[in-house]
Amino acid sequence: MSTVLIRGGHLIDPAAGVDAPRDIVLKDGRVAEVAEPGKTSLGKAKASSDLQIIDAKGLTIAPGLVDIHVHLREPGQGHKETIATGTTAAAAGGFTSVAAMPNTVPTNDSPEITRWMQAPERGASVRVFPIGAATRALKGEVLNDYAALKAAGVVAVTDDGHPILKDSIMREVLINATRSGLSVIQHAEDTRLTGGCSMNAGPMAFRLGLRGMPPEAEYGLVERDIRLVTELSMNGKGDKNGHRPHLHVAHTSTAQAVAAVRQARRNGLRVTCEVAPHHFLLTEEHVGAYDTNAKMNPPLRSAADRDAMIQGILDGVVDAIATDHAPHAAHEKEVEFERAPNGITGLESALGLSLRWLHHEWKLPIGRVLSLLSAQPAALLGLKGRGTLTVGSFADVMVFDPKQEWTFHAKDSRSKSKNTPFDGWTMQGRVHWTISEGRVVYKAEAL
Amino acid sequence: MSLKAVSARPIIVPPELPANISASSAGVTGSVLSASDLTLEAVSEILAQATLLEREDPIQRAQRLAKRRIALLFYESSTRTRTSFELAAKGLGADTTLVSSLSSSIEKGETLKDTGLTLRALGAEAIILRHPSSGSPWLLERETQLPVLNAGDGMHEHPSQALLDLRTILAHLRPGIEAVTAETLAGVTVAITGDILHSRVARSNMTLLPKLGARVILCGPRELLPEIAAQTGPGVEIERDFTRALQQSQVVMMLRIQAERLAGLQLDLEEYKAGYQLTEERLAKHAPKALVMHPGPIIRGLELTGEVADGPQSLILEQVRHGVAIRMALVQRALTAQVRKGAGA
Repeated sequence: MSTVLIRGGHLIDPAAGVDAPRDIVLKDGRVAEVAEPGKTSLGKAKASSDLQIIDAKGLTIAPGLVDIHVHLREPGQGHKETIATGTTAAAAGGFTSVAAMPNTVPTNDSPEITRWMQAPERGASVRVFPIGAATRALKGEVLNDYAALKAAGVVAVTDDGHPILKDSIMREVLINATRSGLSVIQHAEDTRLTGGCSMNAGPMAFRLGLRGMPPEAEYGLVERDIRLVTELSMNGKGDKNGHRPHLHVAHTSTAQAVAAVRQARRNGLRVTCEVAPHHFLLTEEHVGAYDTNAKMNPPLRSAADRDAMIQGILDGVVDAIATDHAPHAAHEKEVEFERAPNGITGLESALGLSLRWLHHEWKLPIGRVLSLLSAQPAALLGLKGRGTLTVGSFADVMVFDPKQEWTFHAKDSRSKSKNTPFDGWTMQGRVHWTISEGRVVYKAEAL
Repeated sequence: MSLKAVSARPIIVPPELPANISASSAGVTGSVLSASDLTLEAVSEILAQATLLEREDPIQRAQRLAKRRIALLFYESSTRTRTSFELAAKGLGADTTLVSSLSSSIEKGETLKDTGLTLRALGAEAIILRHPSSGSPWLLERETQLPVLNAGDGMHEHPSQALLDLRTILAHLRPGIEAVTAETLAGVTVAITGDILHSRVARSNMTLLPKLGARVILCGPRELLPEIAAQTGPGVEIERDFTRALQQSQVVMMLRIQAERLAGLQLDLEEYKAGYQLTEERLAKHAPKALVMHPGPIIRGLELTGEVADGPQSLILEQVRHGVAIRMALVQRALTAQVRKGAGA
């Protein structure tokens, strides 16, 4: 494998506490050297067949981004996205690791499917970490074999869009996942309160004549899950092996859910949460004239909820920014609002939106933004050697211009689907190169 | 992932964000998707046109849209709205075609978009749509670029009903007035009572009437009238007590309980009747001069008694009559006021 020298750039590696000009050498898929400008062992070497040199002058070098919540639609729904197209979009967005949800067809509830998703034949541009189904066929009834799933490569378990409603089953899931050293991710939605609903409950839903999902459907389940984690944490001591359950709340959207997570953390529990860019930027008003590209689950909420997401990000209770990248074919979204599937794409806009709004507008230091998109999500799923560029780590690198403004056009997206509410939005922070385990997997055109 | 102390930062007010689509955009001239699309000027024109067309010699009138093609696309069964629009279009000489939910294409699962494109290719120049999904007229208009008249979409709106209701109210309270202003209905209180939650008629009326200065009181039990309804716009209030609502109102609009939309909601009908049924006694005691309206179909003995429906204060059948005039004006407006964009067929 060839060697890559990235030189002349400014390295921001929050996990390693580095924010300085650095050259970096990648060898055999790992970070081989990080040194002051011109001080690597390669010195002033010239490019050759064995050495690729990336001139990062004026650019920032950072760990490749880690998205812990994507839908790659394979197996089974290749018309929306494939592992190849989804990871190509990920690479264009600066991501080098994506965790794929198990709501595929068939569901990823067996080691065979987990391995199938990771097989080289899928043509992934970046590393795919499958998340296994917590229960068979996402039905919330029979637990899967977590040890076998973990051995095959899953990094967490979840029933994804099918929340585990039964207390007894969720309890079992937490116990068994903890025993296998896996995190439990919950899509918090009490579906007994959301039947037939297609947006947030509020004045907008009333005006549009749509049934609304009440915020309690989300935070009620978060509170229930935290109660279970409290019981199982044995006063913080964990089980007989010292393992404590880890509950991760997916795509938090309500102020009360963030508050519940905040309180759980104060109580010393291992409870984490993620927020998607659309939930820290948009509100229910963006549904506008029944725009199906603003239809997602959880739905866009009130302005107060949106503000709570920003507050949670700024004060650190939110652990990760995750896209919930959910591609759907155009014809699937060109239907009546109530019939349209939930979800939007997000891999190519997450960095641009985060830098434009969290960093530029709300003054969150750039290192914190990058940490929310790389080091923290990697730590959350226990992805060792990812989300940092210390020597020995995987050579997962993003080289970007944090100041460059650009306009996102859905039609240019690498994803197979174009369902995004951010079409035409101005972003900040342009990815120039994405390197996954030492291979250049994305290079911006016409730089 | 260390837990940081929560800062005492003030609540963040994010800067203005670009909104992709405004909530009430009618992209094609001549469309009426929502009562919020209608300016006072447009309302005045429609009212004046309705009067003109109503009075016009039927033979002459039938020349206005002779051989023009209008499609009625009805995904829900409907008697009065469908017949009213059909008679209106035919009264202007247009050819109409009805595609109903029993039509083959719909039964075979064709999408609304494709059905709309097919109708356009068949020569339809405007589509009148009744559909069980809120917002469907926006989809149809966007995909076909034809003028669309919303004849009721899900729980959302029924703007032609609000216009005919307005014409009925004006005929009694402001006779002769057609050019309306923001003060035309100043001092008039309209009580809309019953199943507000599921009512497209209520949503259109509570949008339209306050534009003319009317005060709208919404009345009904919590299950059918959530508190949030009062936040939909200016001039709208909630009054749970039917007696107090009646005492303040010059117009009382009663709504049908939409059993088909209750979706698991448990409603005690006897209790409902005790609280909200419009009876002769209630009317005589609390609103002896109020106009009684109902968009139909009425359920005698539920939201109102047969005596009230047939009584001297009832304008129910008059509303139906006004409907044809209003819809003639809307159909004519749809086909003549438009600038067609990209209608290829």
